[in-house]
Amino acid sequence: MTTRIDTRFAELKKQGRSAFVTFVMAGDPDPATSLEIIKALPKSGADVIELGMPFTDPMADGPSIQAAGLRALKAGMTLKKTLDLVRGFRKDDDTTPIVLMGYYNPIYIYGVDKFLGDAKSAGIDGLIIVDLPPEEDDELCLPAMKAGLNFIRLATPTTDDKRLPAVLANTSGFVYYVAITGITGAAAADATAVSGAVARIKRHTKLPVCVGFGIRTPENARAIASHANGAVVGTALVDALKNSLDAEGRATSKTVNAVAELTASLAQGVRGAQQAAE
Amino acid sequence: MNIAKPNSYRSGPDERGHFGIFGGRFVAETLMPLILDLEKAYNAAKADPAFQAEMNGYLKNYVGRPSPLYFAERLTEHLGGAKIYFKREELNHTGSHKVNNVLGQIMLARRMGKKRIIAETGAGQHGVATATLCARFGLECVVYMGAVDVERQQPNVIRMEMLGAKVFPVQSGTRTLKDAMNEALRDWVTNVHNTFYCIGTVAGPHPYPTLVRDFQSVIGNETKVQMQEAEGRLPDSLVACIGGGSNAMGLFHPFLDDPSVEIFGVEAAGHGLTQLHAASIAGGRPGVLHGNRTYLLMNEDGQIQDAHSISAGLDYPGIGPEHSWLHEIGRVNYLSATDDEALAAFQLLSRLEGIIPALEPAHAIAKVMELAPKRPRDHLMVVNLSGRGDKDVPQVGDILRGKTK
Repeated sequence: MTTRIDTRFAELKKQGRSAFVTFVMAGDPDPATSLEIIKALPKSGADVIELGMPFTDPMADGPSIQAAGLRALKAGMTLKKTLDLVRGFRKDDDTTPIVLMGYYNPIYIYGVDKFLGDAKSAGIDGLIIVDLPPEEDDELCLPAMKAGLNFIRLATPTTDDKRLPAVLANTSGFVYYVAITGITGAAAADATAVSGAVARIKRHTKLPVCVGFGIRTPENARAIASHANGAVVGTALVDALKNSLDAEGRATSKTVNAVAELTASLAQGVRGAQQAAE
Repeated sequence: MNIAKPNSYRSGPDERGHFGIFGGRFVAETLMPLILDLEKAYNAAKADPAFQAEMNGYLKNYVGRPSPLYFAERLTEHLGGAKIYFKREELNHTGSHKVNNVLGQIMLARRMGKKRIIAETGAGQHGVATATLCARFGLECVVYMGAVDVERQQPNVIRMEMLGAKVFPVQSGTRTLKDAMNEALRDWVTNVHNTFYCIGTVAGPHPYPTLVRDFQSVIGNETKVQMQEAEGRLPDSLVACIGGGSNAMGLFHPFLDDPSVEIFGVEAAGHGLTQLHAASIAGGRPGVLHGNRTYLLMNEDGQIQDAHSISAGLDYPGIGPEHSWLHEIGRVNYLSATDDEALAAFQLLSRLEGIIPALEPAHAIAKVMELAPKRPRDHLMVVNLSGRGDKDVPQVGDILRGKTK
C-alpha cells in the first residue's frame, strides 16, 4: 500500500533534495488558529507535517512542547478534535503527508480499531507513538499497518546494531532518528555524529531516514539535511508560536505569520542542502 | 468478573512483564536498551548468593531488620474485635519501608557500574531513603519532587539536602508525584549513559514492578515467620495503604497463595470518591502511563487527571500493575479512606499506642477501625505501619489548629 508519505519521499528523491518535516501541536493555541497554521505550513515549504496529539504527561518532551500541549488542552482540544483538524486541512490539500505524533493513552482510550478507522478516513498517513517500542508492537503498530497507516519508529543513539533490526522490522514510511539522548528542544544536534548514525541505519533499511530533536536554525537544518533524507523541526516553531501570543496565551494577528515565516526560512535551509548519497 | 483463576497468584509477570493485561514496557526507544540491561542485571543478581548475602547484611545492620511484629493491645481493646498486629516498618532506618527497595536498587546500580542515581518522590520518604543510601555508598543523588510536595513535606526536603542530595522542585503539570516521575524520566532519557533510575514503587516499565516487589517482600516474609512465632499460625487478614502500592505488595505477595488470608488494600479517597481523590481502582480505569498499563484516573479523552490526597505519598493518579491484576482477579479487596478518616486514625493511634504514624498508613488504620470490630477476637489482623509521622507533624499540626485545610 502506498501512502502519501511514500509518494512524497519518492518525489523528493527525484528532485534530489531532502524533506523538511515540521512539527506543531494540534489545537495550539486554539483549534481555529491551529487549522490556519497547518494550512500555512505546506505553502511555506513544509514537505511533511507532524501534528502533535496533546497529552497531559508528555514524558519525552521539553518545556516548550509540554506547554504547547497544555495550551491546546486548555483550549478544549481532544483526540477527536485533532482528527477534525486534519479533515479540515484535507479539504484543500490532498498531497501533504500528515503524521500524528504523541503518546499511546489517548488512542488506547479512544479505542485502537475505531481510532485507526477514523484516522485513515480523516486523511492521516502515519503515526509516531513515543511510548510504544517494538516490544509492544501488538498494541498499535501491527493493527496500524493492517489499516494502511505507516508506523514510524524512533531510532536513538542508544539503539545499537544488535537492536536496530528489531526497531526497523515493522517500521514503514520513514525512520525518525532522534539525534540526541534527551527530550525535545534540549541540546543542539551534532551534524557529524548524525551523519555516522544515519549511515549506520541505512545499512539496515531502504526507508528514508529523517532526523529530529535539537534542530533550531536554517544553518542547523541545512547541515543535518545534507546527511539525511529529512530534517524535523518542532520546538523552534512552537517557540515562535508562543512568542506571538498575548499575555493570556491567546492567538494574535501575528501568530500564523510567525510560524509561517520561520517555516519558510528553515525550508530554505533544508533546500540549500545537498541530498545525501543513497 | 469472568476471569480464570490462576494456579498461583505469585507466578507473574510473564517474560514481557505482563500481569494479565497490566504492566508491560511502554517507554521511549532511548530507554528500552536500559531497561533490558536492568532486567538482565537483576536476573543475574537474583541468582548470585553473594548479592543476597550482602543485602541481608545491610538489611540487618544498617536498616535494622527484622522490623518487629507488635501486638497493638490498646487499639485492639478499643475496637473490640480482631487482634491487631502492626508490622513496624516505621522503625526502619529512614523511617519507612522505602529503604528496603532502595537498598536493593542501589546495590544493583553498583553492580551495573552506575555512579549517578535519580529518583522521584512524593512524601519524600523514597527520596530520603535514596539520599541516605547514596550517601552511604558515595553516589551522586538527584531527587525530583513536585513543588506542591516540597512545600508540604519540608522536613524531608531538609533531610535529603543534609544527606547531600540535590532536590529539584518540579513546576510542570500538577506539581505533584506524577510530574516528579515525568521529570525523572526526562532526566533519565537525557543522561542514559551514567544514570540509574531508582523507582520508589511497584510501578513503571518492566522489570521495575517486579524487582521493587521482590525487594519489599521481606516485609511479608518476616511477618509470616513472626506470626508463626507469636500465634503459631498464619494471620487471617492483611491491611495496607496504597499509593503506587509498594508497602502493600511487600506485605501481600508472600501470602497470595494462602487462601485463608483475606487481603485489603486501602487507597486514598481524598475529599471523597465523588470529589477530588487518589483512588485509581475505585475511580479509574485501565490506561497507559509511566511505562505500564494499569488503573489510572483520567478523563474521557485519556488525559490524566489530578489526584488529591492529604498524604503526599498517596497523591498519585495510578497504581502498580500487579495490584490492578489482583483487583481484576479478585484476590485482593481494594477499599478507600478519606482525608478526614485518615486524620482521625492518625490521632487515635498517636493517643492509644504512642505511635505517630505517617499519613499514608493512617489510611490503613482508618479501615482497620471499620474492619476489626466486625471480626471475632481470635481473628489475627496485620496492618503494615509503613512509615512514621515525623514528616507530617507540621502539616497535621496546622490542620488541627485550624490554620489550613
